[in-house]
Amino acid sequence: MDDLYRELIIERYKMPHHRGILEPHDISFEDENPLCGDRIRIDLRVAEDGTITEAAFSGHGCAISQAAADLLIESILGKPIEEVKALGRQDILDLLGFEELGPVRIKCALLPLKVLKAGVYGLRHHDSEILSEES
Amino acid sequence: MAAETYKIFDITKIRADFPILQREIRAGVKLVYLDSTATAQKPLAVIEAMDRYYRWSNANIHRGVHTLGEEATTLYEAARQRVAKFIHACKAQEIVFTRNTTEAINLVAYSWGRSQLKAGDLIILTEMEHHSNLVPWQILAAEKGLRLEFVPVTGDGYLDLEVYDRLLEQHPRLVAFTHMSNVLGTINPVREMTEKAHRAGALVMVDGAQSVPHLHVDVQALGVDFLAFSAHKMLGPTGIGVLYARETLLEQMPPFLGGGDMIKRVELRTFTPNEIPHKFEAGTPAIAEAVGLEAAIAYLESVGMEAIEAHERGLIAYALERLAEVPGLKVYGPAANHRGGVASFVMEGVHPHDVAQILDREGIAVRAGHHCAMPLHQKLGAVATTRASFYLYNTYEEVDRLIEALHKVRAIFG
Ligand SMILES: Cc1ncc(COP(=O)(O)O)c(C=O)c1O
Repeated sequence: MDDLYRELIIERYKMPHHRGILEPHDISFEDENPLCGDRIRIDLRVAEDGTITEAAFSGHGCAISQAAADLLIESILGKPIEEVKALGRQDILDLLGFEELGPVRIKCALLPLKVLKAGVYGLRHHDSEILSEES
Repeated sequence: MAAETYKIFDITKIRADFPILQREIRAGVKLVYLDSTATAQKPLAVIEAMDRYYRWSNANIHRGVHTLGEEATTLYEAARQRVAKFIHACKAQEIVFTRNTTEAINLVAYSWGRSQLKAGDLIILTEMEHHSNLVPWQILAAEKGLRLEFVPVTGDGYLDLEVYDRLLEQHPRLVAFTHMSNVLGTINPVREMTEKAHRAGALVMVDGAQSVPHLHVDVQALGVDFLAFSAHKMLGPTGIGVLYARETLLEQMPPFLGGGDMIKRVELRTFTPNEIPHKFEAGTPAIAEAVGLEAAIAYLESVGMEAIEAHERGLIAYALERLAEVPGLKVYGPAANHRGGVASFVMEGVHPHDVAQILDREGIAVRAGHHCAMPLHQKLGAVATTRASFYLYNTYEEVDRLIEALHKVRAIFG
């Protein structure tokens, strides 16, 4: 709990590396967390061979969701889009460096992944599906 | 402003009545509960009354002739009497027990609204309503083709009464609004607004979820036709709420839910509804919760609603003053003398969730989000806010701890 607001999180929140909008893009998806009104959009550019060449996120939210979005995007750049499909809850916790998160904050942390996967699959995911997914 | 100036009652004694307030959130960190607007903590008297009921008198009501059945029925109806007296209703029959404020408002919409309103009829609401006083009307409006108009909220958090006057000229059938905003703390001029509505030929439904727990509310003096509130926000248990309605209206209204208890007689294809208020209480009600509500009212009365109101006025005035010291903090809503013990705010550059999370580390419970008032937040231009709210058990020292913790948030986020 005490390291929820470690330097990494605060830094990425205040100065994200991958914030922005890609126009044009190959994939774009946007969703929100109705509990707190956090909203995240993720844009991707994907090469012929399925490699993610560019990615950016926009929207607004708490430090956890924003840092998770920034770190998530960093982790998928240059990767084949198929790999994104395999990402799960544990990967996000690992990226953020948390062992666990409470039932409320885990939704903030997973929102970017939910958006990303919905974009990649071209459909919406329910929280429960992502929450139960282990990479 | 010295804290002592506001000493209304012995706060140490009051706090000792609430077991949960002794809790440490982490070792050495005492709970500071600043979320009573969401739900209030319960005094031992309430917990024990419900415990005693289950240990000694538990039975279903209005049926068995056995001793327990009679005791339970007596306790349940005594609770109704107590509620009636507490809000100065003329008669106990004007008190309908529901699950909560939300269900009480839905009861008005589905029973009164569905039977009395027709296409083109106008309902006036306000921009500061809780979702529970918006959505039932939206549903009904869609079903019956009603018109909804909204009294705007001004920049400093009041209802725009000039617009209200103009809307009244369109002959609304109902005006429904909150007595006290759960976000801004604004106390609306219910009596004045009700008089005007009546003159325009409209009935008035007041959402008392935030006022009944904190202010002395007299339905006859206010003149309202319907009043809805929840036990859990006034030191009582969850699971029970109240709809007050004038007797003539309740007589006129068709049943809401059908089933046992709400009938006098049933045949295979027809039924005769029971008398009021039982006509609106289908199925086994929340009996232990009614007992708990009765105990909660007894507790509030023993302290005195005027004293509680004065204590909270002192706290909010002090809190607003101290919140102004925190750099980059914006507090929404009117001046202290026009609001209850609620302060919603945003800290520049920090998301309300993060504020609440860091306060939680310090043992301070506040709420972050849109507080079930998304349209109001849109109007305020804030996606979400952090909200601190006070009740009779809160202290000036707790306000100080809130301010200290907010300075810590500032330090973490730079
Ligand atoms: C002004 C107001 N109205 C209605 C409600 C709904 O109360 P309940 O959830 O008990 O039905 C609340 C509770 O948050 C409130 O603050």
